[in-house]
Amino acid sequence: MSQNFIYFLWDCLQYFINGIAQGSLYAMVALGYTMVYGIIRLVNFAHGEFLMIGAMCGFYALRAHLPMPAAILVAMLSSGIIAIAVERLVYRPIRKSGRIPALITAIGTSLFFQYFGQLVFGADPKTIPPFIDEKIYNLGEINVSNVQIAIFCITLFVLLFLFWLTHYTKVGKAMRAVSFNLPAAELMGINTNKIISFTFFLGAALAGLGGMLMGYTMSVEPMMGMNLGTKAFVAAVVGGIGIIPGAALGGFIIGIAENLVAGLYKSSFRDAVSFFILILILLVKPSGILGKNMKEKV
Amino acid sequence: MTTILEIKNVDVHYGAIHAVKKINLQLNKGEIVTLLGSNGAGKTTTLHTISGLLTPSGGEILFNGAPIHKMPAHKITSLGLAQSPEGRQVFANLTIRENLEMGAYLRNDKKEIEADLQYVYRLFPKLKERESQLAQTLSGGEQQMLAIARAYMSKPTLLLLDEPSLGIAPILVASIFKAIKEINEQKGMTILLVEQNAYLALSVSNRAYVLTNGEISLQGSAKELLANEEIKKAYLGH
Ligand SMILES: Nc1ncnc2c1ncn2[C@@H]1O[C@H](COP(=O)(O)OP(=O)(O)OP(=O)(O)O)[C@@H](O)[C@H]1O
Ligand SMILES: [Mg+2]
Repeated sequence: MSQNFIYFLWDCLQYFINGIAQGSLYAMVALGYTMVYGIIRLVNFAHGEFLMIGAMCGFYALRAHLPMPAAILVAMLSSGIIAIAVERLVYRPIRKSGRIPALITAIGTSLFFQYFGQLVFGADPKTIPPFIDEKIYNLGEINVSNVQIAIFCITLFVLLFLFWLTHYTKVGKAMRAVSFNLPAAELMGINTNKIISFTFFLGAALAGLGGMLMGYTMSVEPMMGMNLGTKAFVAAVVGGIGIIPGAALGGFIIGIAENLVAGLYKSSFRDAVSFFILILILLVKPSGILGKNMKEKV
Repeated sequence: MTTILEIKNVDVHYGAIHAVKKINLQLNKGEIVTLLGSNGAGKTTTLHTISGLLTPSGGEILFNGAPIHKMPAHKITSLGLAQSPEGRQVFANLTIRENLEMGAYLRNDKKEIEADLQYVYRLFPKLKERESQLAQTLSGGEQQMLAIARAYMSKPTLLLLDEPSLGIAPILVASIFKAIKEINEQKGMTILLVEQNAYLALSVSNRAYVLTNGEISLQGSAKELLANEEIKKAYLGH
């Protein structure tokens, strides 16, 4: 029994580590979700499709023999530029029409890109190799790969970068000001449309980055944004939507929970876990783990 | 006397609601002018229209002789026209210092910004003490000081103040009005003051307009209006 129990603990640790790596990717995608929500209170259901487009462009960049770092840059820029265009052409004209029209528009945009993706890129899944040569280290009974470690470090770096941006740069402070009170920010001379564009760009570029880093676990296909986008949305809500560290926390929680459940119980339950956590959070603390009680304009 | 702001036959609608009706208003450089009016008269609507948060449905607004009524608000601010809005609207999630930095968003003259920061801190010492705290921790009166200081930080030539005495303890109101007077006299900023506290507002102003149901019903020098029977009845509580 004790021997079995020790194996069980090793297993748990292994799933936990896999969960952290996976959660890092969810976190990266959730960040964009939460930033866009924070700035204009829009649940951008097309965020997963921004990721898909970035990953597709990155894939073609690799096929054109661009080195991995350049392909990642291509992915980030394509996601970002698509996001700017969608904000400008689709979301901005309906920004003052209320939340429900915005929500429906976002769902429509998401569907549009899923089918647009099939038309342009084809429905067949494409594989992106890991962004560095994979090496696996054995530590006792568990395996950790350098890809997992790198993904975790990149996510931490992104979080630090966002903290620096929002607290130590003019544009970042303006993002916080716009998110709190857009008309007042406009009165300060802040071009709020530019700040909103920038936020869309940044959030989508991170999704593009996440899309490229995901190469080691999944393939790229036009519908990939649906599943990933949903997970990221759940992560953002669980952590407290609109709150940057919350999105990261939510991402890690979902990633770890999924891997524990899939590993210890049934892998078919993987996708159900995030929704179970979502329901739990909405029952216990609807504003999310790091969320303040709903007082801000929602 | 040079005209700094001229509002000509301006109409403002909210959908079908005609909130401001063909008003004319003119400000000279260096003046403090009060816009009086009871609740719902259209004062805030007028200020928002000047600042560009609302677009007039008719008429024109000239700032230093140039039309601004079709510009977005941030452009108008860049021309040197700032507003401290009704209800303060400070960025509660930013520190006091960051709020002031946002006021100076369009400026790049680091040294001058620092000097202006010291100036508003001298004007409102409370703000300096709490510099690195979030604005949401300030009392209503302190937030009002922050809102005025923040608008000042863009170094405008015309400053619009929407009800700076609203819901604030009398002792703070006195110091806020002292600061308004000082900004006007020492820095030469022209001020358009919206107030319901007519006595206090008129006592620091050169001239005033009275807005009734979206129309200018009365105008004149502050002295005249202080002596006016209608004003006394409506706003001064006699
Ligand atoms: N967003 C809006 N939509 C529709 N009507 C509005 C809106 N804002 C103001 N109004 C209406 O326009 C008129 C003028 O309002 P405004 O806020 O300019 O008055 P005010 O003089 O500033 O009043 P107060 O002293 O209460 O601040 C009022 O009848 C008001 O109900
Ligand atoms: Mg008002």
